[in-house]
Amino acid sequence: MEIIQHLLDGFLIAFEPLNLGLVIVGVTVGLFIGAMPGLGSVNGVAILLPLTFLVPPTSAIIFLAAIYYGAMYGGAISSIMLGIPGASTAVATTFDGRPLALKGLADKALIAAAIASFFGGTVSIILFTGFAPALASVALDFGDQEIFALMLLAFATFVGLGGDDIPKTIFSICIGLVFSAVGMDIISGTPRLVFFDITGFLHGINFLVLAIGVYGIGEMLWTIDSTRGNPSMSKVQISVERTFTHMKDVLKEWKPAWIGSLLGFFVGILPAAGATPGSLMAYGISKMTSKNPEGYGKGEVGGVIAPEAANNSASTGAMLPMLTLGIPGSPTTAILLGGMVIWGMVPGPLMFVEQSDFVWGLTASLYAANFFAVVINILFIPVFLWVLKMPFTILAPVIFVLCLVGGYAPTEDMHDVWLMVIFGFGAYLLRKLDYPLAPAVLAIVLGPIAEPALRQSLIISGGDATVFFTRPIAGPITIIAIVLLFLPLVQLIRKKRKKAREAQS
Amino acid sequence: MNFSRRSLLGLAVLAGVGFGAVAPAQAFEPVKPVDFVIMAGKGGGADKMARLMQTIVEKHNMASKPLIPINKPGGSGAEALVHVQNAKDQDHTIMVTLNSFYTTPMRQPGLGVDSLKFAPIARMAEDTFLLWVNKDSGLTTFDQWVDHVKKEGDKWVMGGTGKLQEDQLITDFLNANFGLKMKYVPYKGGGTVAKQLAGNHISSSVNNPSEIEGFFKAGTAVPLVAFTNDRLSAFPDAPTMKEKGVDFAYYMQRSVVGAPGMSQEAQDYYTALFKKVYDSKEWQDYRTSKSLYGDFLTGDALRDYWKVNNETHRAMLAKMGAS
Amino acid sequence: MRRAELVTAVILAVFSIYLMWKSTELNIGWVKYEGPGGGAWPFWLAGIMLICNIWTIVNWVRRSTPQSRSVEQFMDAHAIRMFVLVGGSVVGLVALVHVVGVYGSVPIFLLFYLRVLGRHTWRLTATVAAVAPVIIFFFFDVAMRIVLPKGYLEPLFYPLYDIFL
Repeated sequence: MEIIQHLLDGFLIAFEPLNLGLVIVGVTVGLFIGAMPGLGSVNGVAILLPLTFLVPPTSAIIFLAAIYYGAMYGGAISSIMLGIPGASTAVATTFDGRPLALKGLADKALIAAAIASFFGGTVSIILFTGFAPALASVALDFGDQEIFALMLLAFATFVGLGGDDIPKTIFSICIGLVFSAVGMDIISGTPRLVFFDITGFLHGINFLVLAIGVYGIGEMLWTIDSTRGNPSMSKVQISVERTFTHMKDVLKEWKPAWIGSLLGFFVGILPAAGATPGSLMAYGISKMTSKNPEGYGKGEVGGVIAPEAANNSASTGAMLPMLTLGIPGSPTTAILLGGMVIWGMVPGPLMFVEQSDFVWGLTASLYAANFFAVVINILFIPVFLWVLKMPFTILAPVIFVLCLVGGYAPTEDMHDVWLMVIFGFGAYLLRKLDYPLAPAVLAIVLGPIAEPALRQSLIISGGDATVFFTRPIAGPITIIAIVLLFLPLVQLIRKKRKKAREAQS
Repeated sequence: MNFSRRSLLGLAVLAGVGFGAVAPAQAFEPVKPVDFVIMAGKGGGADKMARLMQTIVEKHNMASKPLIPINKPGGSGAEALVHVQNAKDQDHTIMVTLNSFYTTPMRQPGLGVDSLKFAPIARMAEDTFLLWVNKDSGLTTFDQWVDHVKKEGDKWVMGGTGKLQEDQLITDFLNANFGLKMKYVPYKGGGTVAKQLAGNHISSSVNNPSEIEGFFKAGTAVPLVAFTNDRLSAFPDAPTMKEKGVDFAYYMQRSVVGAPGMSQEAQDYYTALFKKVYDSKEWQDYRTSKSLYGDFLTGDALRDYWKVNNETHRAMLAKMGAS
Repeated sequence: MRRAELVTAVILAVFSIYLMWKSTELNIGWVKYEGPGGGAWPFWLAGIMLICNIWTIVNWVRRSTPQSRSVEQFMDAHAIRMFVLVGGSVVGLVALVHVVGVYGSVPIFLLFYLRVLGRHTWRLTATVAAVAPVIIFFFFDVAMRIVLPKGYLEPLFYPLYDIFL
């Protein structure tokens, strides 16, 4: 087997002392960057890019990939502990991670996230090793029509996520989609929804601004209000015994882990899609297929496993189009790609032939990075839990400060910080009235992918909307999406009618 | 970590001796990290180049304070232009620009931005454009392409970056001069456009070489004509537009500008800095490998270059009825 | 709660109409051979938002949701006090950044929150307020190269830039 030979050569490169050291340092640094709300792998990779001139290119990209991996693990940490998704890829992790932490099971959620990440990462690296060039052509076949169909599917898996109040759930989805349209309309080349001509709106409403507003500031206000300033998070205990019981529990949940890993990988390799839709869809599908769907959103460990397996799997998947097609599947891979260009490498279909040392060295170090990431992550869990044990009146102001710097970091614009505060207050008030807010956060992530894809497809087809049904890949996806979209709505309405009838009689 | 006399002086300031002691010496030196605004999003062509410049500066320790890249892609660069124009600290704010430097102020007059007011620091390169098709189309020469596209009418789809920007200007030029009716689809970035071409989702593109290089090497993307004055050494088989009978060349500027109102001393400092970057081996290698055009320009020469380009773009936009 | 439900729905309905109006700056119709115009996506989605708000108002009239039946107070005295104090201090935190930068604003906020709202000892309060900015400086400004706003305190940082950047 040629591949195995290549991989062994790769391992020799990855296990050179310098490279191995870089993997360990990179993973640790990445873990902390990822755990900060507002900072994600993009920041880590972008900032460390210039430093990598000190080492040879192969070592440099290995280091950056390790940071990337570490940050993907770290994203789950702030989602679970603070309830603030550190990056869009970790949004779905908050849905069940946060309730688990509030129940005093933060350690279980953290362990589940770490193991799921490891599983997802491993599955996808194996797929990557075995089928990279073949899968690249699948990614190429995905045009705008397919991307739009996929986004439709992502929405469909999420319809059930809202509360029982149908108008409020739809409202939440729509407001997220409208906010996602703020800024530049690339198709007509004109700015739109620039409220009061404030230039800050020209760059649109960043996902993180809404997410930190809703989950950071809004959630804090809600917690202080509903618990009268004394939440029970600090109940969490640490012991080796507890850790092992949790691990056993987690290992039983193989189904969400597989759903997350496979779905994450395939969505991840599609340029433009990336890890976020992958993790959202994994969560939705895992909920649909679960024996206990009602438990999702209230602290079901499967709800942490599926998105975490998916986002790690997708982040490896996103390297595939980067290496084989030279197109980034995510902002982070865009920067990695920039790094490779700086080092004089030409990513593209010939990469596996011409720069095979590099490719296989990277692949092998992905295995290594994944292994060290899970070990280091689990070792740090007690430290993270210690943070949770702080009195809430210390934790709360520290979180507010993190929100401030986290809201500022992505765009370095105070406009976004103010917007975040406004969203936070709004979210708190709306939440008191039972408006579900998660759908808005998801919509603002998916909207900017879905809308241009829809319109680009229609321009190509000359305004003919049937392309979404007639194209070989897009057709089936669209139809499945539409069925899934209406199924829960019909069920919900029927359930309501039944309830109303029972109430009357 | 080098302790200069000024830094010790500064420590004295910190200790409460008094403000204002940090008087500038004869030559300008930045006293704080420099805002290095990028008029485009992360991962695009302009971003890659800006990060390469930053990397070269750091690698060779060319500046005492780091350049801090900040991406401001909003409104086709409108946000970046306004940000830099209103910068409070003009001497510590510089920006990497592209051709939206001309077109965005024209298309969004409400911004009140005048490109010519920005401080000219350095033109680092001009990126080149070629016309690309997928090898599956079977077209190998520009003449074949013209005949074929004529027949296809508006079924032929040209993909490009943004609306009423570089790629569409070239598309409109082709439509007008060769009697074509190509349809233009705007995408967010050049990398996506290249991928759409490789996947046969669009019929042709006018990518920069750096964006499509991988597909060219693999033989998927075929260059038909170059929009340059001379043939590019990396693509010797692609004739220039001039050879095809129309005197047309179009480049994308990659320049560094300072905030309007930047002091002459600061301007001199940044010019010297970017001259060093330009002369570095890394930058020269990058220029060669990515088929970049355009020599180093600064000061009045650069401003004159902008004036000429401003007028060309104004005329082009007016022709499209969009100015 | 019942009154708040109606007031919110009406405010959101007005907001939806504003969004629809704002979207009409671009073409909201169907461009022949091209599909929807630039304003169509936000316009029609804001339209759906409006319908949802009307739906909520209908539910309110029919008293068919828990919020429209609830006689509980929307914000009791405790909630209002909390919202004003905590929310107000967060607004203060952000507003002060414009004047004294992150490194002036954060200690002031922490001093206020820990001492006044949290009733912690002076010793703990002072420690947290002093340590937090130092950690932030080394993590953001130095390690991550994200230069946080300094406001009018900027000159004080020049020597620090000389040493650490």
